[in-house]
Amino acid sequence: MTQRILLGDESVALGAIHAGISAAYAYPGTPSTEIMEYLLRHQATHRRPHAAWCANEKTAYEEALGACFAGRRALVAMKHVGLNVAADAFVNSALVAVHGGLVVAVADDPGMHSSQNEQDSRFYGDFARVLTLEPATQQEAYDMTREAFDLSEAFRVPVLLRLVTRLAHSRTTVATGAPRAENPIHKAPQRSTWILLPGNARRQWSELVARQPDLLAWSESCRWNHLALHSARRDLGVITSGIARNYYRELLPELGAAPSHLHVGAYPLPVERVRMLAAQVERVLVLEDGSPFIERQLRGLLPGRLSVAGRMSGEIPPTGELTPDLVRAALGLDSRPGLAVEGVALPNRPPQLCQGCPHAHAYKALKQALEGLEASMVTADIGCYTLGALPPFSAIESCVCMGASIGMAKGAAEAGFHPVVAVIGDSTFLHSGLTALMDAVAANANMTLLILDNQTVGMTGAQDPIVPSARLDAIVRGLGVDPDHCHVVDAHPRRVSQNAAILRREIEHRGLSVVIARRECKEVTRRKARAAGGSERAETGAGTEATIS
Amino acid sequence: MNYGILFAGVGGQGVLSMAAIIGRAAMAEGLHAKQSEVHGMAQRGGAVQAHLRLSDGPIESDLIALGSADLILSLEPVEGLRYLRFLSRTGTLITAAAAFVNIPDYPDIEGVLQRIRGLPRAIVIESDRIAEQAGDLQTVNTVMVGAASHVLPLEPESLEAALTATFERKGEQVLRANLAAFRAGRAAAG
Ligand code: SF4
Repeated sequence: MTQRILLGDESVALGAIHAGISAAYAYPGTPSTEIMEYLLRHQATHRRPHAAWCANEKTAYEEALGACFAGRRALVAMKHVGLNVAADAFVNSALVAVHGGLVVAVADDPGMHSSQNEQDSRFYGDFARVLTLEPATQQEAYDMTREAFDLSEAFRVPVLLRLVTRLAHSRTTVATGAPRAENPIHKAPQRSTWILLPGNARRQWSELVARQPDLLAWSESCRWNHLALHSARRDLGVITSGIARNYYRELLPELGAAPSHLHVGAYPLPVERVRMLAAQVERVLVLEDGSPFIERQLRGLLPGRLSVAGRMSGEIPPTGELTPDLVRAALGLDSRPGLAVEGVALPNRPPQLCQGCPHAHAYKALKQALEGLEASMVTADIGCYTLGALPPFSAIESCVCMGASIGMAKGAAEAGFHPVVAVIGDSTFLHSGLTALMDAVAANANMTLLILDNQTVGMTGAQDPIVPSARLDAIVRGLGVDPDHCHVVDAHPRRVSQNAAILRREIEHRGLSVVIARRECKEVTRRKARAAGGSERAETGAGTEATIS
Repeated sequence: MNYGILFAGVGGQGVLSMAAIIGRAAMAEGLHAKQSEVHGMAQRGGAVQAHLRLSDGPIESDLIALGSADLILSLEPVEGLRYLRFLSRTGTLITAAAAFVNIPDYPDIEGVLQRIRGLPRAIVIESDRIAEQAGDLQTVNTVMVGAASHVLPLEPESLEAALTATFERKGEQVLRANLAAFRAGRAAAG
């Protein structure tokens, strides 16, 4: 047994490697990015398993599904909102007879540290009727990931592994075991279980539903769902899920007699264990980081004997990340405030574009181009450039989901608004913008698309985009954009006025136009300098993994 | 023994590199450690924090609760104050003196430093100057680790060993500057 220091994300990656995966696919997104980064580092030194960033989460999922179809084990990783993008593949893959183990690791972001919502992926696992595992520690992240592949093959379903930010991005010692060999290539034996024509799909769906009692029976008896009954206390029982257990356990010494406790680390919810706990106590407090997923199931619709406390009853705020202090308050323990800042008003320090970021120059040009116009609309997208919403730029007016800038601009233009500009980064464009641009081309929508091509996925730490920047304009033209209204400009600070003039001309053009503002992300420039021998300090601990013995 | 350190600074200053050194030293001493980090958006010049918990027994929570940090180690005065509610009543705040001004409403730095010096246990370190004297402006974080070495439940030798293990591969000059920075930071806080 070897001990390593790993992030939660890295524990998943190593667990998957040791489970014998042949392939891993992902799209970067905080807090899931470090899963693939670990796999890529591993691939660089060990050659296996195959690991790659993909255009988006859906293609990543489908590529993993292909490996599974070929009998191999595959991991696919994404952030929670990425699962929305991959949902079509994910939900339908629950109907095929999974062959090689297929695990989707999804990192939720309660509290929205780096996301536009805080949806809870456990709902997706329930919706697709598959198994969901929720580690509480880095060790469990490793162990559960390994087991998830066995479960996937045994129950012939994809398995969802749900992480949250605090586990994904926390580092500690993990004991790892011996690696398992990869599966041999062996195509799924029965075609009809993979061809979801209505006739087959009805049968597959019935089978999946019929398999639910097996999943539940496993969940009732598995080691991840642990019930400890203490007859000394009847007033309170506690249910924890995932990392909530850590906060709860830490407070146990202050609670006097320990309440009966059910910890849930695997779903479907172990109903029988919940009933056993409920039979013992008058009141159940549910502690979960994310939505009241368990709490809602406990409440049902009709009033029952049992009093249930949690996010829905106000013991814990309905939104936001669970913290040790919220758990403390929910347990009725006195708060322990630290020192207070008096006499100084502390300003917020929101994130902002790096000094010299090319997006800043592009936004200056855009603002200049729009100057003097009576009205304008600028839809935007997800990436570093979303920070252009904040002063001093205040240059954009929307940020909803990956790729939405283009579709929204087209919709607004067709609703009669003019001028409309959509702003999107190169990687987001390749992720989800291409199809919307196709719509805009087909309609010759009266809008201007500004692609901010910084030649990288900046926000998540400068991964290479799936298509090199040099081919971006060829792709845009290939979609049918009029070459006379497709420009590539240099987002250089000295070219702001010149670029503004081009943008203004294209904004005034009635019809679709595209301007690609190209300039390398500063982070990439710095990284290149570092690789060339500079001594700039490393910003993260990534890559400092140490083997203790 | 339980010891909680909250690291603070501005994204890009290298908050996590301080945590990595101390975490490394702690594990080499056989302590349990959990280190929670912030990645993603905040790293772009925003307020950044990291939590490091050390113990001679298993650690449950990845996060430090309010009022229970033994040390706030900050690369920036305002950022050090920002997390004061996490500091235990017996805890220490150690911060670099230099303001990082990337916001329009940055408060009067003298007022901030005065507020910090008025805390029961606070040390303000002229880390830029010390790093420069150590021969490398990039060693500010190491200066701060040195300044913290008096209150950390770790042997200075373990911290130096962790620095050596971290900076060795960057060449002898970088390593020497970091060891000098560590010792100078330690002397400045002593
Ligand atoms: S990482 Fe790159 S794209 Fe993002 S703000 Fe910095 S320079 Fe701009």
